[in-house]
Formats: sequence, C-alpha cells, structure tokens
Amino acid sequence: MEKGQVKKLVLIGGSAGSIEVLMAVLPRLPIGMDFPIVVVLHRKSSDDNTLEELFAMKTHVPVREIEDKTRIENGSLYVVPADYHLLFESNGTVSLDVSEKVHYSRPSIDVVFESAAATYKEGVVAILLSGSNADGALGCVRVQENGGTVVVQNPAEAEMPFMPNSAIQLLKPDFIASTDDIASLIGRI
Amino acid sequence: MIEDREIDWLINEVHEYYGYDFSGYSRASFRRRVDRLMEVDGFKEFGAFLSKIRSEPDYFRRMVEEITVNVTEMFRDPAFYKTLRTKILPELGTKPFVRIWHAGCSTGEEVYSMAILLEESKLLHKSLLYATDINPQVLETARKGIFPLRMMKDYSENYVASGGHQDFSGYYTANYGYAKFSERFSKKMVFSQHNLVSDRSFNEFDLILCRNVLIYFDKELQDHALQLFDDSLSLLGHLALGTKESIKFSGIQKKYQQLDKEKIWKKVK
Repeated sequence: MEKGQVKKLVLIGGSAGSIEVLMAVLPRLPIGMDFPIVVVLHRKSSDDNTLEELFAMKTHVPVREIEDKTRIENGSLYVVPADYHLLFESNGTVSLDVSEKVHYSRPSIDVVFESAAATYKEGVVAILLSGSNADGALGCVRVQENGGTVVVQNPAEAEMPFMPNSAIQLLKPDFIASTDDIASLIGRI
Repeated sequence: MIEDREIDWLINEVHEYYGYDFSGYSRASFRRRVDRLMEVDGFKEFGAFLSKIRSEPDYFRRMVEEITVNVTEMFRDPAFYKTLRTKILPELGTKPFVRIWHAGCSTGEEVYSMAILLEESKLLHKSLLYATDINPQVLETARKGIFPLRMMKDYSENYVASGGHQDFSGYYTANYGYAKFSERFSKKMVFSQHNLVSDRSFNEFDLILCRNVLIYFDKELQDHALQLFDDSLSLLGHLALGTKESIKFSGIQKKYQQLDKEKIWKKVK
C-alpha cells in the first residue's frame, strides 16, 4: 500500500450506551494500525474536548481533533465534533456541515456512513454500537451497497439494543459481534 | 446517488445559464444537498432535474436556497459571544464609529445576537451592521427580525451562557408563535445580497464575522474568501470564524494574530 493513502477506513457509530463499549475496545486496537478510525457519537453540543481526552487515555493510537478540511491519516483516531455533520471529500480531507439534524442528531451516523461509502467504497468498515434511535441503519445499507463491511454490536449485549436492531431489520450485517470480538475484527477485516 | 460527472455538468450549466459559480463549493456537501433536493422533489432522473433548472428560473432559485445551508441560531457557541463581549467589544468601543460585516448571515439570528451585545455594551448607537448572503430569500427574513417563538427558550439559555444578564424576552414581542425583535436593532442593520465567490470588497470593517460558511467551500475558494475579508478589514480589525474553521495554511495567516485559542484573529499588518 502506498504510504499515506487511505485505503481502509474504520467508522464507529453509536449513541446511548456506546461509550462503555468504546472504553473496552480502544485499549485493544491493533499495534501498528495502518488505517484511520473515525468515531461518530451522538453527544451534547459543547465546546469541550472531554470525550477526546477520555479516549486518548484509553489507547496508544493518537487521538486527533477534526476541524474543517482536516486530512484523515492512517494510524490515527478521530472523533466527529459535536454539532457538526461530517462529510468525506475525494482528496482525503473532510468537510464539516451544520445543516439540519438527521434523526434528531448532528452529527448523524447515517450522514457519516453514507458519505464514507460514496468516497471510500469497499474500503469502509462500519461498526454500529448501542443506541436508542435508528440513526446509522440506512448508513449501513449504503456501506454494503458500495462493497464495504458492516459490523453491528450484538443487540442482546447492547445496553440500548434499538440502534443495532434497526440495522439488522434493514440489512444482513457481515458480522454481529460482541464487545470482545469488535476489537479483533477491526484489525482483521 | 448523483455521479461526479453529473455534478460537473450541473455546475457548468448553472454557471452558464445563471452566472452562479458553485465549482469551488465543497464537493461532498454540494453532492449531499443535490441528492437531497432531487429526492425531496421526486426526481429519479438527473436529466429531468437539470432540464427543470435550465428552463425554470424559479426552480433554480429554489435550488440555490436548498443548496446553501441556512441553519443558524442566536448566540450559537455561547463561549464565542462571551469573548466578543469581554474582549472585542471593549476595544471597538474606543472607536468613534463601529462597522461590522456578517458575511453569509442567512436568516440573521447572529446579526440580532450581535446587536443585543452592542446595545448592552452601549455601542449600538454608533454601530452599523452590514449583513450579506448569496440568497435573497433569507435576507427578507433577516430584515424582518421575526423568528419562531419556540426557539426562544434555547436562545435565551444561550444568551445567559454568553454572559447576558438582561431579561431576554424583553428584546422581542411575541405574537402568533413568532418573536419579533425590536426595530431599534434592525434600524442599525443594512441587508444586501453579496456572493463571496464573485463579488468584491464593498467597505472597510472593524469586525467581520463569517461563521460556518467557509466549511461549504473547498480550500481554494476558502482562500479567496479570506483574501476578500482581508481586503475589507481595517488594520487592527478582527475576523471571527466558526469553532472548527481556521485561517491556518491560508495566504493571509502571516498578517494575523490569533486571540488565544478562540477562532478570532486580529489583523496586525
């Protein structure tokens, strides 16, 4: 693989009950990870970076801030900022967007997943975690349509099964995974 | 989903027929807006959509309204307004006359927020707020200063978080589900259509605000707009952008000094 160019992009989306899952997954991210991870969570709009700081304490992977036109680089983890949608440009950068909320959410998981699918096609690995709304399900459909891989947290294990269940009703995920499986799948797929 | 070559085609046709140049818009966001518009208006075929745009100027206007994002709120990012209140306005107060430009003002919520700050800092009487947008429709709303009443609870909370101590509801009259802001504010505002892509500098300002507008442009067009702001800013004037925007890596950066970690830059050269 050409150094620097992003071929594989891991997306992790979630809402209520997903932070606990991330806390378990982040310490187990593969060493020498040669792809970026973008985390999109429903969060309260605020200016602080507490979520980023929390994640940074849990992983050896550098956690980097996203601003408009930030270049998404291999080996780093990014968190979508509160109160913005995130879109992927074909030149490897991202654009932020403050248009209408989707599923009462900004950022919306659907928006991030759909945009990534359009740009990174089969290189996308989308992981949908616990949550209490249907955001992300349609995004998972778009990821699969474009040849990407969809991993959904096992609803039986999710604190809020509504979000993973919504996805399972719309599509057949490539993997239905427990928290323990998610970390190893991230490196393997 | 609309294909890349269709987007190019649409941009070319719109430029040719109507003179609007969207080629410097962020491709990902332009594509999403067009996809959404086609879906909402029930277009299955790109050809039919394009031909309606070409043949019906009214529909083209609708397209511009839908492509340009018009989501805004009063006192969005209260911490930003607190900084304006405590650090920028006192400096502006030393001037005999204060000129402010809201570039890409949309329906005007930020302009009214600013007018309230100016009044509370006893500067409104000597201030003039220029508010511009590419979209004439939103300027009409902005001019009236009438916003949905249901938003006022959130705005009032933002206002308090920004350091406001007055009774926020005293700034508007509520009627039929709408809040109309006092005309003493709109009296100090000048609204006009201005396109950051093709129009030039039209005055010199002490403060320019352009928050969450440049995110819809690509890097090149962002540079172009920043140059336009630089041409329109007096020495020691301030430029304010959105919380996730920056002048880093732009041509004007070396002439500006950032205010701590705020998205406010002072023109020092």
